[in-house]
Amino acid sequence: MSNKHSLAGRRDFIKQVAGMGVLTAIGPAMLGRAFAADKIVVGVIYVGPRDDFGYSQAQAQAAAAIKRMLGVTVVEQERVPETADVQKVMASMIEQDGASIIFPTSFGYFDPHAVKMAEKYPDVRFAHCGGLWTAGKHPKNAGSYFGYIDECQYLNGVAAGHATKSKKLGFIAAKPIPQVLRNINAFTLGAQSVNPAITTQVIFTGDWLMPVKEAEATNSLVDQGVDVITMHVDSPKVIVELCERRGISVCGYHADQSALAPKGYLTGAEWNWITPYTEHVKAAMSGAAMNNFLRGGLKEGFVKTSAYGRAVSEGARKNADAVKAKMMKGEFAIFKGPIKDNAGKTVIATGTTQKQTDVVLEQMNYLVRGVIGKV
Amino acid sequence: MESTALGWWGVPIAVIAGALRVSIPFLFVSLGECLTERAGRINLGLEGILVMGAMAAYAVSYVTGSPWLGVLVAGIAGMSLGLLHGWLCGLQRVNDIAIGIGVMMLGTGLAFFMGKPFVQPKAPTLPALNLGAWSDSPQIQAALQINLLLPIGLVLALLLHWALRHTRWGLVLRITGDSADAARAMGYSVNGVRTLATSAGAFLAGVGGAFLSLYYPGSWNEGLSSGQGLMAVALVIFARWHPLHCSWAALLFGGASALGPALQSVGMTSGYYLFNAAPYVLTLAIMIATCSPRRTLAGAPGELSVVR
Amino acid sequence: MDTSAIANSMRRMAEVLLVPLGALTAALVVFGVLMAAIGKNPFEVFALIYKGGFGSAFAWQNTLQRAAPLILTALCVALPAQAGLVVIGGEGALVLGGLSAAFIGAHLTGVMPVTTWLAMAFIAMLVGGAWMAACGALRYYRGVNETISSLLLTYIAIALLNHLVEGALRDPASLNKPSTTPLPESHLLGAIPGYDIHWGLVLGLLACVLCHVWVRSTVHGFALRVVGGNVRAARLAGLPVGRLILVACGIGGAMAGLAGMVEVAAVHGSANASLIAGYGYTGILVAFIARHNPIAIVPVAILLGGLNASGGMLQRRLDLPDATVLVLQGIAFLMVLASETLYGRAKIFQPRRG
Repeated sequence: MSNKHSLAGRRDFIKQVAGMGVLTAIGPAMLGRAFAADKIVVGVIYVGPRDDFGYSQAQAQAAAAIKRMLGVTVVEQERVPETADVQKVMASMIEQDGASIIFPTSFGYFDPHAVKMAEKYPDVRFAHCGGLWTAGKHPKNAGSYFGYIDECQYLNGVAAGHATKSKKLGFIAAKPIPQVLRNINAFTLGAQSVNPAITTQVIFTGDWLMPVKEAEATNSLVDQGVDVITMHVDSPKVIVELCERRGISVCGYHADQSALAPKGYLTGAEWNWITPYTEHVKAAMSGAAMNNFLRGGLKEGFVKTSAYGRAVSEGARKNADAVKAKMMKGEFAIFKGPIKDNAGKTVIATGTTQKQTDVVLEQMNYLVRGVIGKV
Repeated sequence: MESTALGWWGVPIAVIAGALRVSIPFLFVSLGECLTERAGRINLGLEGILVMGAMAAYAVSYVTGSPWLGVLVAGIAGMSLGLLHGWLCGLQRVNDIAIGIGVMMLGTGLAFFMGKPFVQPKAPTLPALNLGAWSDSPQIQAALQINLLLPIGLVLALLLHWALRHTRWGLVLRITGDSADAARAMGYSVNGVRTLATSAGAFLAGVGGAFLSLYYPGSWNEGLSSGQGLMAVALVIFARWHPLHCSWAALLFGGASALGPALQSVGMTSGYYLFNAAPYVLTLAIMIATCSPRRTLAGAPGELSVVR
Repeated sequence: MDTSAIANSMRRMAEVLLVPLGALTAALVVFGVLMAAIGKNPFEVFALIYKGGFGSAFAWQNTLQRAAPLILTALCVALPAQAGLVVIGGEGALVLGGLSAAFIGAHLTGVMPVTTWLAMAFIAMLVGGAWMAACGALRYYRGVNETISSLLLTYIAIALLNHLVEGALRDPASLNKPSTTPLPESHLLGAIPGYDIHWGLVLGLLACVLCHVWVRSTVHGFALRVVGGNVRAARLAGLPVGRLILVACGIGGAMAGLAGMVEVAAVHGSANASLIAGYGYTGILVAFIARHNPIAIVPVAILLGGLNASGGMLQRRLDLPDATVLVLQGIAFLMVLASETLYGRAKIFQPRRG
């Protein structure tokens, strides 16, 4: 082998390797730059899987709708725990993907994680789901959006009130936090508007995703004579399917689970996150100021109800529709005094009405009369 | 309208119902582990094998429409992981406890990885046997609605008990577990026997997992197992490596798992976390009570690294 | 003679380094094949893993931040392993250590931050250490297998954490996320100046160095390793086996408890369910891959921290499920464990005579 030959050959080879090396080095960077070519990058963070038939799925549906908007790229990450991890995820989306608006969708992401990141990246918007954003305490580029799904739980309660024969309802919940308590109370008040003697039995499973415990809770409730169940857990799938198997009625939550319980599904309380998502993204794209405290109920299109199932009687439908119409006009108040809690104390005095937008409702810490359970 | 509630009677009924329902994964996994440990090897990877079995069963049942086929495939999936465990442990100087932890991680990871598309859809579930048809009470009827796997599991326990005592294969298994030298002297491959036992045990664990996703709770998602595979390992020690004792222990554990929600439904609402921890406390208490430092546990296979 | 002795020790070092590295490389290959099987370009995956974990200053900070708790929880596995025990209960020690630290930290008023941190660290190490020492005691005095008991104690610890955080120790103001009373703002453990990483990393590094010195260079550490090598010989030599086991487990648990304290003081400001982040379990992985050597734990923790950090990129760019990193970790773990069998086999690493 002559020297000149091998030298040239080696030089070419080195050039090729170097070329490949450069490509692999800048390739990902090129990927990153291509990312920023769109007008806006939206980052969405889920605490669970996107297809859980529940909480995260409702958020993912909104994200999917946003993806279809022109000039919008969406990056999503799921199963991010509510620890410092989420701060890193948010920062990664900003630094590596060029996101300019982030949707941290789980409650526990807000304090301290989203707040810290908002302080660190003042040019990025953080639209958190459910957090208690307070003017003056939290940075201006952070904000929260939430829906008054308790309105739909009230309607669930009305349907349940008509459907129940044993006058005993059941509610399977993860943890006794204000959002959950508000739902339990609204459900019970709705049912009691049909028959004041109705009671709701509550079982707390302890965490947002515990399929075996949720199944056991369903069975225990049914054994105790409950004949309509609803829930506030991350993935209602197990409970809905089990209710169908045991032949009792069920009201859904988060998303539409009617396909899982064709016989027993009454109606359901669903999120319609597309409304706040669209508002936030549009504001970000146009540079408008961020709405820091975005709330809405049925009227504003933040929540919706599922279609009525086969088991819902004509009378129930009329009743629920009438209440819903009032809610749509903003004329209905769920938390209107006098309301006593299940220990006998008056929590809302006669003559007082707490409107949906009253912040005190977001700090609820009681269960109304007729609910069997302790906070 | 007359009330059909049971009041406080609901608690023991719920415990019994829970025992019949929740004990099945414990039963199968512990029988499988019993087999493995009798041969002298411990398989801590059962948690991962259980989850893998659950995913495989659900996926196959969804795709083919047959839940029983799902159960079979779950067993085969478990068996493959068991083979992996057995082969790796057969290599020299490899710690079988660490391998077990590795198989647990791999099994769980693979199950979640491959199982993503199956979280949403609804797969056909296993049918139930209505043993409670004699009762008028819907609660008792529901409590006695058991799955076919329960009698299968109990028959299996009897079979294992008889086979270990009275067949040649049982003898070979026990000798391999008690003294590797004796087994070698008789001409049997120690690793071969142990790997076979591990694979058979993992098959059963896979079936146990199939029960979780195809019957109760009857759905596949990532929160399905909460340490049941590991509890089963402790269960086997508690049952002193007797297949029949394993069945009783499994029923006991199933009942303990159902205690929390049952108590809440009659109004004892505080401390539900502690009730949920009842099975773990029970397991620990049993282990403390039945182990002794001086000599290895009575009845333990002599070669088991856990008790040496 | 001298040169051959040096050559022999170099051979040994080469073996210790190359075998696990070889195992990790083999794991990457298997993982790559798996990626190809599902239709993803393995090189793209590797490039993203690199970019997400080590490709920029931001990525490095992400990685180091994640590595910090792993170093401490790995010690919780590695130290008892010196005594021959397989303890995997770091998660439990971490949460209980964090809980007690949060309790003390919030109720100590009117003292300087440094005092608070010292008190928190002390109580966290005490509680975590006691929790793991219980495993050691059960093993020594009752013959209960420490792997199973440490795992059971972890579940019990998590139940205790949840029960107390939502019950007796709950801060009434923490409505939607039950937590203990938060530490005052001034008492939070800050970041290393100029970087985005909190001081927990420094604590972890310090702990590793100290433990390495203890295990390798003190008589005490040597006694520990004798127990780990051959219990009967240790007993015959008159070593206090029981005490050594308790010490090893106790200090390991103290390390994990310290990790919990850092999580509370530097990240959350209070104790709540977010403390259950799985660091204890990943620590098991780190300890085994590092073959229970305290110094080797540092690079392995960084590697695993990087892998975890890159998981996000894989999800966002390639739409891979987050379990992908779990699969890679499982494969790597098994490969490294299996490679144990290669020690002493390859001729090239064997010491030569003369």
